[in-house]
Amino acid sequence: MKIIVLVKHVPDAQLDRHLSGEDNTTDRADSILSELDEYALEAALQLTEARGGAKAGNQVIALSMGPAGAVNAIKKSLQIGATEGVHLRDDALAGSDAAATSLALAAAVRHLGADSPVDLILTGMASTDGETSLVPAQLAERLDLPQVTFASELEVDGGRVIARRDSDTHYDTIEATLPAVVSVTDQINEPRFPNFKGIIAAKRKTITTLTLAEIGVDPAQVGKAGSWTAVQTAAARPPRTAGTIITDEGDAGIKLVEFLAAQKLL
Amino acid sequence: MAKVLVFIDNPGHALKKSSLELLTIARSLGDAAVAVNGPLNDDVAGAFGANGATTVFRPSSDDLDAYLVGPKAAYLAEAVAASGATTVLLENSFDGKEIAARLGIKLGAGVITDVVAVDQDGTAHKSVLAGSYTTTAKATTAVSVLTVKPNSVTPEPAAAAANPEILTVDVPESASAGAARITGRKDKPASGRPDLTEARIVVAGGRGVDGDFGPVEELADALGAAVGASRAATDAGWIGHDAQVGQTGKTVSPQLYISAGISGAIQQKAGMQTAKVIVAVNKDAESPVFEIADFGIIGDLFQVLPQATEEIKKRKG
Ligand SMILES: Cc1cc2nc3c(=O)[nH]c(=O)nc-3n(C[C@H](O)[C@H](O)[C@H](O)COP(=O)(O)OP(=O)(O)OC[C@H]3O[C@@H](n4cnc5c(N)ncnc54)[C@H](O)[C@@H]3O)c2cc1C
Ligand SMILES: Nc1ncnc2c1ncn2[C@@H]1O[C@H](COP(=O)(O)O)[C@@H](O)[C@H]1O
Repeated sequence: MKIIVLVKHVPDAQLDRHLSGEDNTTDRADSILSELDEYALEAALQLTEARGGAKAGNQVIALSMGPAGAVNAIKKSLQIGATEGVHLRDDALAGSDAAATSLALAAAVRHLGADSPVDLILTGMASTDGETSLVPAQLAERLDLPQVTFASELEVDGGRVIARRDSDTHYDTIEATLPAVVSVTDQINEPRFPNFKGIIAAKRKTITTLTLAEIGVDPAQVGKAGSWTAVQTAAARPPRTAGTIITDEGDAGIKLVEFLAAQKLL
Repeated sequence: MAKVLVFIDNPGHALKKSSLELLTIARSLGDAAVAVNGPLNDDVAGAFGANGATTVFRPSSDDLDAYLVGPKAAYLAEAVAASGATTVLLENSFDGKEIAARLGIKLGAGVITDVVAVDQDGTAHKSVLAGSYTTTAKATTAVSVLTVKPNSVTPEPAAAAANPEILTVDVPESASAGAARITGRKDKPASGRPDLTEARIVVAGGRGVDGDFGPVEELADALGAAVGASRAATDAGWIGHDAQVGQTGKTVSPQLYISAGISGAIQQKAGMQTAKVIVAVNKDAESPVFEIADFGIIGDLFQVLPQATEEIKKRKG
């Protein structure tokens, strides 16, 4: 199997995150591999390992679009087990919204499928910075491939993908033919950590850098110029300040209700 | 006047509150039309009129539900063309966002998700980075596609009801070619409680409930609230995954969020820190949840919650 896993380099959510600059873009110092993309990588590794792994010719390509630092998300993916990395990097990409991102990623996927066909494009359910969940659906639309998103279970069998997706009101079984774009939720598996062997092995794996020219994308179609949405203003929400904290002395339930009554919440 | 198209997927027997909110916003922006999918009963058609929709579009095919979102986006693109709409509003669910995503590509239109308010000029307001920033954003394209969070406006019927014209839109045959199929569907049992994302009050339990959601549910019922949970509680199987609040669960912005036995990890906060008032009950004074609580109780939820429930029942007589 040949699987492309989309991995994004995002600011660490455990730290304070900021929007900065004239275009209110996300500050990417202290960035890491998006936590939710680890589930997609794990799903890819499980699918290929069940088919003999890298030794049997299976490929798990970690593809990231982003500035220089994004290579760290790729390196981490290689340490976890991806077989090769691809970094789509071009100054013109800065400030891309979901539509422009999906355009560039679609071109990169086509480029990577030129020599041998790709079976699956696996993504996370959302990037932990953009949080839009738009990119997987837009990628499917642009590539004219079946979209199988928010999979909480995934099986590939005889050229078909079978997934489970939970919505608010029902559980669905989704089926599509390969190749397909599949996004997975954090319910699907338990991502592994890189081990010592993986970290050593990663040093020998290749990371290819691609520019827009190499994948045939006009710089005017991406970045701020090619985006269809623009952030106009951004204001940090004042941090929530702690209110009244009491220790239960046997009547805290009643005090709780008194608080609600005072706030007119009953 | 600007034309605004609202997409409503399978309204069933009555319009949801979130659908009424979309119609209210649509009217505030211009001339409202609806593109509906699924059976359209008379009550719902009447409600569209009462909410000022001048046109209701229906798809020429009745099997759009057999596929995952793609064909619905194709239908909606045709409805946008037929209506001349420059703004399209959808609900902010997984499906709503993905239909919006694909519609955006089909129309060359900017898509903005998680919207909580829309100005007359199309500027959308939303919060980002787990509620730590509020931003305004605007589509730079002729058409803008917005997915709006529930509880964004108070739904109101139109001053004057309309008598909408019902038109059928042709869904291109190619729409479903190669689309992922929904081959099995099992309904989830309804809880009888308010919908989590729409509820005015949410009572949520975490690992601290230790397998027993009873005290959380009883307090929720006394308050007419929805029940939420942390991932630790849903992963343990104590309550369904749909109750999960947080980064990979639901984002809620209720008037009141009562957190019980939840430590307040960043992924949990991501889903609830825009609540108007936060109350936390936790045994551990060091829990991060107390940093964001308006009213915090250091105590045992098995003592505090039942006592509060009793007191509420007493006051309500
Ligand atoms: C990719 C990813 C996504 C995630 N998404 C989410 C998400 O969407 N939502 C989410 O919630 N989490 C999410 N998490 C998990 C998150 O990191 C925390 O692990 C989780 O929120 C912890 O749940 P908890 O607070 O219930 O449990 P704990 O952190 O174990 O806290 C339990 C709390 O209960 C208190 N307690 C125990 N007994 C009592 C008692 N009798 N009375 C009062 N208090 C008591 C304890 O003092 C403690 O503070 C995610 C994690 C990852 C890696
Ligand atoms: N710049 C990027 N590089 C690689 N993958 C991305 C990028 N942006 C988004 N993705 C993928 O798309 C998924 C959804 O992202 P989003 O639509 O931004 O919420 C992520 O989990 C990634 O798998």
